[in-house]
Amino acid sequence: MDFLRPAGWEEALAAKAEHPTAVPIAGGTDVMVEINFDHRRPEYLLDLNRVTELQDWHVGEETVQLGASVPYTKIMENLRAELPGLALASHTVASPQIRNRGGVGGNLGTASPAGDAHPALLAADCEVEVESQARGSRLIPIDAFFTGVKRNALEADELIKSVHIKKADGPQQYSKVGTRNAMVIAVCAFGIALHPETRTVRTGIGSAAPTPIRAKAAEEFLNAALEEGGFWDNGKIITPSVAKQFAELCSGAANPIDDVRGTASYRKHAVGIMARRTLGWTWESYRSGKGRGAEGVA
Amino acid sequence: MRVNFTVNGRQQEADDVWEGESLLYVLRERMGLPGSKNACEQGECGSCTVRLDGVPVCSCLVAAGQAEGREVVTVEGLADFAKQRAEHGGCATGACGSESGTTLQDAQQWRAKGTDSQTGEGGELSPVQQAFIDAGAVQCGFCTPGLLVAADELLERNDSPSDADIREALSGNLCRCTGYEKILDAVRLAAARQGEAV
Repeated sequence: MDFLRPAGWEEALAAKAEHPTAVPIAGGTDVMVEINFDHRRPEYLLDLNRVTELQDWHVGEETVQLGASVPYTKIMENLRAELPGLALASHTVASPQIRNRGGVGGNLGTASPAGDAHPALLAADCEVEVESQARGSRLIPIDAFFTGVKRNALEADELIKSVHIKKADGPQQYSKVGTRNAMVIAVCAFGIALHPETRTVRTGIGSAAPTPIRAKAAEEFLNAALEEGGFWDNGKIITPSVAKQFAELCSGAANPIDDVRGTASYRKHAVGIMARRTLGWTWESYRSGKGRGAEGVA
Repeated sequence: MRVNFTVNGRQQEADDVWEGESLLYVLRERMGLPGSKNACEQGECGSCTVRLDGVPVCSCLVAAGQAEGREVVTVEGLADFAKQRAEHGGCATGACGSESGTTLQDAQQWRAKGTDSQTGEGGELSPVQQAFIDAGAVQCGFCTPGLLVAADELLERNDSPSDADIREALSGNLCRCTGYEKILDAVRLAAARQGEAV
C-alpha cells in the first residue's frame, strides 16, 4: 500500500489522475473500518486532510458551498440557520468523536443508502461539485448522484470538492429511526424541506431503497394540494386527509428490504409516520413564522 | 513509512509504519502507550479516544499518516495536559514551549501511583481522573481511558455542563460494565470541583 499525501487540491487531482484506484480518505470513519477489518486493501490511500480548501465553507446569496471535508460538528455549530435540515441530520451521526472527523464528502463518496446526510441534501436540493485533472470541474445534481447501492456518479479520476446546497428559504426537518439515540445506523430516515419561494416541498428518504431517494409522487401531490387550498397564503393547518395521503405516498415511494436492522414492512410504515410528523413540524413552523416573514429556521 | 508527530507535548517519530495502520496501533504498538484501548476498531466504542489537534477522535479511525505533523494527547499525558491548561490557560498542547509535555518514557510508565493503590492518593492525576476514582466510576477499567479524554474535553469547553451535555459528550463511549451512573457522577463531581477552584 502507498500513502499519498497531496499538499493541495491540484496535487490531489494529479494523484487521483495518476492512480485512479486510489481510495480517498478524509475523516476515515468509513475507510479505516474497512481497512481495520481487512475488507479492503487499496493499493493507494489518498489522504485529503492537508487539502485545506476542503475544510472551508462559503455562504453565498443563494447557496452554501460546503467543502467536502467540513466535519459534521462544524456544520452543526456554524450552518444551522442556512442548512437546518443538514444540521439536524449531522447531529444524528454516530458520536462526537465521529462527527469531529466525518463530513458530507465522505458520506457522498461512500453513497450508502443509510448515509445520514443524504435525505437532508435531497430535501434541501443541492449540486455536488466534482473535479478531475483532465476535464476540470462539473456539478452533479443530487437527484442524479446516487446510481446504485453504494454507487455514485463519480468517474474514477474525479474527487468530490464541495456541495452547493440551497440555503433554506423555509423550515426543514429531519427524522431518523434507530434503536438508540447515539451510535446508530439508520433503520430508515426522512428529510423534508419547505420551499415557500417556489411553493414546493421536497423530501428525502434514507435506508428504505437501494439508494437515497425522493418521494416525488408525494411531493407532487402535496404541492398541488397546498396550491389548491391556498395554504401557502392563508397559513392554515394542513387538512388531515392531505397529510395522511402525503404520508401514504411517501411510504409507497420506499422500496426497502428486510435486514438485521428492520423489516421492509416496518420501514415502509416508519417512513409514513416520519413523513406525517415532519410535515406537521415544518408546517407549524411555517405558519408561526409567516407573520414574522418566514425565516428559514426550523 | 515514518510518521513525525507530537505526542503529549513532545516531538516523536515512529518508523516502519504500515500505510494502512491506524494511529491507535502506532500509539500502542510502536510508541508503547497502551492507555488508549483497542476494542471495536470501527469507531463504535470510543475506548481509543485521543485528542488530535485538540479534537477528540477515535484513534482507530485515523490513518497513521494523517497524524503527520499533528498533535496527539493520550490518556497517559492527560494529567500533565490538564495541569498545563490550568497553569497557562489553554496552551496545553506543548506548542508554546518545548519543556512542557510528558516524555515517552514517563508516559510508558504512567500509572495512578501513590501510597494507596485504591485511591491513587499522592499520584499525579488530572481532576477528571481523581473524580473517576472518588466517584467509583471505574469498574473493569477498559472504557475508562476513552471516557477520561472525552470528559476532560467536555469540561475544558463547558465548565458547568448539564446532564444532557454530559450524556451527549460521552455518547460515543461505551461501558460494557454498564457503570454509566457512576461515570455521570464522576463528571458532575469534576465539574463541581472545577467550579470551586475558580
